[in-house]
Parts: sequence; C-alpha cells; structure tokens
Amino acid sequence: MKKKILEVKDLRINFKTYAGEVKAVRGVSFELFEGETLAIVGESGSGKSVTSNALMKLIPQPPGIYAGGEIRFGGRDLVPLTEKEMMKIRGNDIAMIFQDPMTALNPTMRIGYQITEVLLKHKKIGSRAEAKERAIQLLDQVGIPFPEKRFRSYPHELSGGMRQRVVIAIALAADPKLLIADEPTTALDVTIQAQILELMKEIQKKSNTSIIFITHDLGVVANVADRVAVMYAGQIVEYGTVNDIFYNPKHPYTWGLLGSMPDLNNKSNELLRAIPGSPPNLIDPPIGDAFAPRNEYALAIDYEKEPPMFQISDTHYAKTWLLHPDAPEIPLPVAVARRIEGFEQGGE
Amino acid sequence: MANKILEVKGLKQYFGTKKAPIKAIDGISFDVYEGETLGLVGESGCGKSTTGRSIIRLYDITEGQIFFKGKNVTEYKSRKDLLQFNREMQMIFQDPYASLNPRMTAGEVIAEAYDIHGLYKNKKERQDKIGSLLESVGLNREHANRYAHEFSGGQRQRIGIARALSLDPSFIIADEPISALDVSIQAQVVNLLKELQKERKLTYLFIAHDLSMVKYISDRIAVMYRGKIVELGEADEIYNNPIHPYTKSLLSAVPQPNPVYERKRVRIPYKHEEVKEDGKVIEAKPGHFVYGTDEQVGRWVSS
Repeated sequence: MKKKILEVKDLRINFKTYAGEVKAVRGVSFELFEGETLAIVGESGSGKSVTSNALMKLIPQPPGIYAGGEIRFGGRDLVPLTEKEMMKIRGNDIAMIFQDPMTALNPTMRIGYQITEVLLKHKKIGSRAEAKERAIQLLDQVGIPFPEKRFRSYPHELSGGMRQRVVIAIALAADPKLLIADEPTTALDVTIQAQILELMKEIQKKSNTSIIFITHDLGVVANVADRVAVMYAGQIVEYGTVNDIFYNPKHPYTWGLLGSMPDLNNKSNELLRAIPGSPPNLIDPPIGDAFAPRNEYALAIDYEKEPPMFQISDTHYAKTWLLHPDAPEIPLPVAVARRIEGFEQGGE
Repeated sequence: MANKILEVKGLKQYFGTKKAPIKAIDGISFDVYEGETLGLVGESGCGKSTTGRSIIRLYDITEGQIFFKGKNVTEYKSRKDLLQFNREMQMIFQDPYASLNPRMTAGEVIAEAYDIHGLYKNKKERQDKIGSLLESVGLNREHANRYAHEFSGGQRQRIGIARALSLDPSFIIADEPISALDVSIQAQVVNLLKELQKERKLTYLFIAHDLSMVKYISDRIAVMYRGKIVELGEADEIYNNPIHPYTKSLLSAVPQPNPVYERKRVRIPYKHEEVKEDGKVIEAKPGHFVYGTDEQVGRWVSS
C-alpha cells in the first residue's frame, strides 16, 4: 500500500464580498498518495484554484475564510497553523508552479538569485557558492541549455517555455514531497506544453513526488493523471482513476465536458454536445444539485436535495442522484458513448 | 468548385525598421473559397494573427496583393470603397473582455456600425435590428440595455459575434474566438458559429492554436511557421497525412482526451531546416501544398 501524504476532509472556503459571502469551495474531500498525480478538472469559478491555494494556505484572510474542514499533510492538520509555521512547510514540503511564468518570476532579479534564495532559506546550505552550484544543477535538470550562463539571466531574456522551466526549478529546489501545479501549461504553445509535461513526469519518476495538477484541458489530464477529480460549483462531483473518468464516466457534468471537446475523429458536420447555460452564482448556491439547471437528465429530487457521493467501485465515486437505486436508467449520451468506443479502439 | 472569395498573393508584413525588419509575414499566398472555413494554425509569434489583421487592413501591408471578390483591396483609398469593404468583411476578436467598450451597452456596441453606415430609417427599425441580432446569437432583446461587465465571457463573445454580423458581411475573420472561454462554453460558441455559417452563407478565416478545434471547424487548414505557410490542404488530409516535419511535430504534441492513447503517444521533435533560395510552394498531392525545395518535399513525402 502506498503511503498517504495528503488528506483533505470536507474543506470549505468562503470569501466575503460586498454582494455577500461567496462559497467558493463547498466541502471538498480527497486524498493523495506518494508518487501519484491527481488532476483537478473544472471550469473557471469551479473552485479548483481556490482549493489548491488553500492547501498552501495562500488564501488571503480577509476576505477569505476557512469555514471548515481539515487539510492533513503528513498526519498534521494545516488549517490551524500560524503563518510562521506555514512558512516552513511552503517551498520545503509543498511547492507550487503557477500558470503564468512571467508573473511568477521577479522581473528585476536574475534567475540565479531567485533559485539560490530558496536554497539558502530552506536547505540550510551555508555558502552562496554551494547554493550556486546546486542552482546550476537544478537548471540543468529542468533542461535549460548553458545553465552557467543562464544563471545570470533575467526572466525577460528567456522564452515562455524556458521561464516555466525556471519556475519548476525553483519549485524543486527544496525537494518538496508535494508539487501543486496550477495550470502550468495553459499559457504555453502545444509543443512547449508537451515538453513541460514530459519534464514533470520525468522529475516525478526520479524523486517520487506527488503532484496535484489543476487544469481544464482534458487532453492534458489524460496525459498526466493517475486519478482525476472533476469539480463543479465548489464541489467534487466525480472522482476516480483516469480510466474510470474517461471510459466509464457517471456524472452528467463529466459527460458534458467529454462531449464538448472535439477529438480528432469528430465529423465536422455534426454539432458539439455543448453544456447549455452557465455555472451558478456561488453567493447563493442553488438548493439541491448545483448542476441541475444545466442538466438535461435532472430529476425532481435534484432541485430539492443535494445528492451524496455514490460509490461505483473501489476507486470511483460520483455525486449524482442518477446513481440512486430508484433513479431511472439513463444510457450514456450517444455522442459520449461513441467517443469512448472510439477511444478504446484507437487505444488498442 | 466554389468561387474564390479571397486571394492573397505574396503577402509580406514587416515591422520594425527598414534596416532590421521583423518579418512577421514573409511572403504567403493562399485562396479562400466561398462558404468554406479556412483554419490558420501555428504557435504564438508565427504570424497567424498578423495575417488576419493585414487582410482586413488593420495594418498597411509591406508587399503583396489581397484580392477580395476579385478587387485588390490594398488599392482602396476612398472612404466610399473602404466603407463598402468593411461591410463585406468583419472580425471577431480573441478576448471578449478587451474587445467590448465597457462604457457602451450591448445595443450601442452592435448598433455602432449601423450608425456609421447609416443603415436604418428610424429609431424603431434600429431597435428591431439590434433585437433580432441579439436573438440570432442566442441572447435576449432585453440584453441590449446592459453593459459589458454584466455578461459572462461566453455571452460577451456572443455580443462580439453579433457586432461582426451587424453589417451582414460575407467574410469573417475569427482571431482565436474561443481561446479565452471555458471548455463547455467553447462548444456553445463553436456550435453558434457553425449554425450562423449555414444560415448566412458565411466564409470564415478561423485563426487558432487549438488544433482539435481547428480540425473540427475547418474545411481546409493552413499551418504557419515563422511567417510562412508551410503546409496547406484539406483538414482530414493535413491531420491524417501530414508531410511537412513541422506539421508532424505539431500534431504529435496535441494531447488527446484518451488515456490509453496518451500512454503511447510519442512526441516528434522538430528540427528546423532552412529552405534555400529556390524554396517554393509545391503541390505534393492534389490540393495538398507544402513549402520547401523539390529535394526537401520529395524527401518528406517519402519519409
């Protein structure tokens, strides 16, 4: 059995605004094992970034409020920790890779300085010379050519892909156990994205790091994830292994996501299966199932009572009333079923 | 065969100084046929957006000719000619947050073009036109009085589309119209664009970097790299039988929503080959064009 390194239980995060309290994360629970990658998928506003920032306790308070739940990292709950205690964990045990490498790096500092800063702070490396040597090693490890020369470069002298490699080098500087990557490739071109994903997988293999990968791109999910959590309106609505989610999806929202993305086999004369409408306002979350107004399979109970997480298999859970024993049998939407068939054939 | 609605010949667009020009577009030629969608793909900085903007005359081109419905638009000088051209060709922009004036209501945004072109007789007719346009892009008449910030990203993009449609154009340049939108909303907007194309017999130049979406929406695809079109052909042909090594590399980098496939996918790295002086566009197969020398294309076809 693999070692569990992170357990999130019923996490709730609210934000105070003039219009009212936004319930951005509404009871999220998941766990993460050593050396595995969990992908969190969802649209903007689904709470995926808030969840990941909350793990690092990067939610500004105020306006943010930790309204409940636990974040157990290595058996210890992070929620009640003080800022000072958190600073020891951030960068050291948990590190983060952000979406936009230009804003994540300080434009006025040489990249070498930005890496050694982490090393000197966390690694108890005594001398600057030693830190420099290690920083150059790190730059080399993330595939930056001429690391000695690049050590003295400023961020603006590098391309987007190279900058993201520097951000990864900084994140790796203190050998974290958990790496949180918040849309690390969204700002990059596909060819560069592919290189960065390969790099992350290689690093994971070498150092057995656990990764939480936040993205909205299902192609990227299929590429990197071991397990997947689909988020909608501040909740995880489906949770399972990557094969569960792609080949046996149970939640209508997951069907919608899979159906709205064309794959290379889609005929161009047919329309995509778009999800109608737009996500709900989380100041006043709807009663019952938050997805019901956009769900063509919604049942009467969806508007009255929130569905529980139904267990489908040892690894697979979904939060929809359609899985209740009394619910009518709904066959997979044709478009989704055909894609899955195509997947299986294409995969063999 | 359908008529050519747009012909681009030897288009060059240089920025910067004469001595050290930045060659954003370095001599490209292509045709767009009536009623089709031509997808233009490439990585950032390859010149795909510049191509769109040059065609619609947002830039003064450095060299080359652009024929729209048989007339050379680069020669248009008079206000009358330009107004007529603008009625025929419109643009949808990438960022629906930046491309709508925050001080104007949706109705004003859409009707601005009517006002400039004087296309209505009285206030009621103007109001009716705004209403019917909003409805045709899936919004309500009541939305005309709201400001941009009151809409979601997908709704804003619909307003951008309604604005582009307001003059009843025949040709629309869509510059990454869905990149800024969420996955589920992207599908809504793409479906809308497809429906509008059918209803109004529109021709699209669809610029994007999301290859799956481009394949889905386009009849033909042009792949750009460093200011040149390196490959052009039918969408299926480009995807199934790419010839240029850059296209192969680009296609091999696209992640598919299919874990089994992803575990096996191998990325093909691209190594740029300089094209010598005698480089030209070669028709490798009927309707499938590749840029390179005879020797290079011969080698690529057989590899």
